[in-house]
Amino acid sequence: MRNSRTTLVRLLFVCLIFPVSAVADDLIMRRIAMTFPEAMNALQTSIAQQGYTVSRVQRVDIGLTSSGYNTAEYRIVFFMREDVVHDIAKKYPELIAFLPLKITIFAEGNETILVTLNPTKLDVFFPNLNMGKTFSQWSDDINRIFDRVQAE
Amino acid sequence: MFKLPISTILFFLLALSLQAYAKHNGEHLYLQNCVACHGYNGNGGMGVPLSLPDFLATASDEYMFKTIRNGRPGRVMPAFKQLSDDNIESIIGYIRSWSDSPPPVYSKKPINGDATHGKQLFLQHCASCHGDTGTGGPGTGVTMSRPRSLPILAPALNNKGFLASASDEMIKATLINGRKGTPMVSFLDNGLSEQDVDDIVTYVRTFETQTVADEGSIEDEPAVIIKESPYSVEETVANLKNAVSSMNFRLIRVQNLDTGLTEEGKEDKKQVIIYSCNFNILDQALKLDPRVGLFLPCRVTVSEHEGKVHVMYANPKRMNEIYNNSELDSMCTDMKTVYEDMIDEALL
Repeated sequence: MRNSRTTLVRLLFVCLIFPVSAVADDLIMRRIAMTFPEAMNALQTSIAQQGYTVSRVQRVDIGLTSSGYNTAEYRIVFFMREDVVHDIAKKYPELIAFLPLKITIFAEGNETILVTLNPTKLDVFFPNLNMGKTFSQWSDDINRIFDRVQAE
Repeated sequence: MFKLPISTILFFLLALSLQAYAKHNGEHLYLQNCVACHGYNGNGGMGVPLSLPDFLATASDEYMFKTIRNGRPGRVMPAFKQLSDDNIESIIGYIRSWSDSPPPVYSKKPINGDATHGKQLFLQHCASCHGDTGTGGPGTGVTMSRPRSLPILAPALNNKGFLASASDEMIKATLINGRKGTPMVSFLDNGLSEQDVDDIVTYVRTFETQTVADEGSIEDEPAVIIKESPYSVEETVANLKNAVSSMNFRLIRVQNLDTGLTEEGKEDKKQVIIYSCNFNILDQALKLDPRVGLFLPCRVTVSEHEGKVHVMYANPKRMNEIYNNSELDSMCTDMKTVYEDMIDEALL
C-alpha cells in the first residue's frame, strides 16, 4: 500500500512540474501584452533588477524612417555587467563579437515582441570554451528579465 | 460503511486533476511555446492565424500534431522536438477550444488526378499567391512584412513539413471550401470542378519530388571570423571606418566594448566596436524576418589581445541557423561577403 501511494504521489509531482521543464530553443521570444513604450520601460527596469547595466539602446526605427523607410517601433537594447565584459575580453576574446548581450524589441500592433539569442546557443558555437555554466546562467537571467516584463 | 481503499481514492483524484490539468496545461504550453508568434487569441503575427474558424474546420488534429512536431523547415515555424506527444495534444486541445467545429478527420488515401492539368490550373489560379513552384509568400507575416489588413501570407506548399503534415484530402477540403477571412477562396465557387481540384492536389503532391540545392552544411561555418591585423588598434579602426564608407554602409558609431558599462573616460581602448548600417539591406531583411535585430547594427570588432590586433565579426551564415528561415540564406551569404570585403580592404 505504501509503495502504491508513493508511486501515485511521485506521478502527480512529475505531471505538475513537467510544463516548466521544456527544452530551451535557439531564440528566447516573448509576446508582451503592452504597448511598445510600456514594454520598453519595463524591459529596461527588469534588466537593472537582474543586476545588469543597459549600455545603449539602438533606435533602429529612427534610422530607418530618417532614411525614408516605413517601420514599426524597433529598438535593440544592449546590456551586460562591467566585470563580466572585462573578464571575458581577457580570457575568451573570441566571444567579444557577441558582447554586450542584446535584446531586440519591436511593436506588433498594441503588443510588443522581445527576442534574443539564447546564450546557451553560444555553447554550440564555442564548444571548446567550457563556458556552458556561464551561458546557462545568462539564459536563466534573460528568462527572468522577460518573466518580470510579462508579469507587469 | 463501505470503505474505498486509499489507493483508489487517490487514483480518482489523480484522474480528475489530470483532466483539469490537461486544459490548463494546453493553455500553459501554448503561452510558453506558441504565443510569441501566433498571438494570445491565435490571431497570428509572425505565425499564421490559428483561430480562423475555417482553418479550424479544415485542419485535422493529425495535421496540427505533425506541424508542431516537425515544424516547417526553413519557414520560421520550428520543430518542437522537446514536447511530448501529450504536450502537443494538450496544445491542440487548447487551440480547439477557440471553435465549436468538430476536428475533421481525413482519409489517408492519396488522390490520383491529372498532375499535368493540375499544373496548368495551379499556375492559373494559385501561383499568384503561392508562387509558380509553391514557395509561398515572402516574409513572416508580421507588421513589417505585410499590410495588417491581410491576416496571412500564402503558405509554402512545397515545404516538406507542410507536405508531410497535410493529407491529400485536407488539401482538397481547403481548395473546395476556401478560408474565409483570407485571400484563399473556394475553388468550386470560382468555377472549378471537383475533378479540377483533384488535379491540383495531385500536382501539389509532386512538390515532394522537388530537389533543393545543397549549399553545404551550415555547421561547417565558424560562429566568429577572426583576422589578424598588421596595424595598431587605432590604425585598424581608422582603416575600417574608411572601408565602411566605400562599401556604401553608413557609419553608425565607434565605441569601446565597455562603453556605457564603465565610468566614462576609463573604457578599455584596446577593444573597439565599429557599428555601421546599409538601410536598404536592413529594410529588406526586416521584411523577410523581423527577428533579424540580432544581426543589428552591422558590427566589426577590433581587439588587442596578448600584443596582437585582431578584427572579428559574428558570421551571419552561421548565425542564420537560429532563425529557421531559408529566405535569409542569400542575404546572410551576401553579408558575409560584405564583411570579408570590408576587412580585406582595411587590412591591405
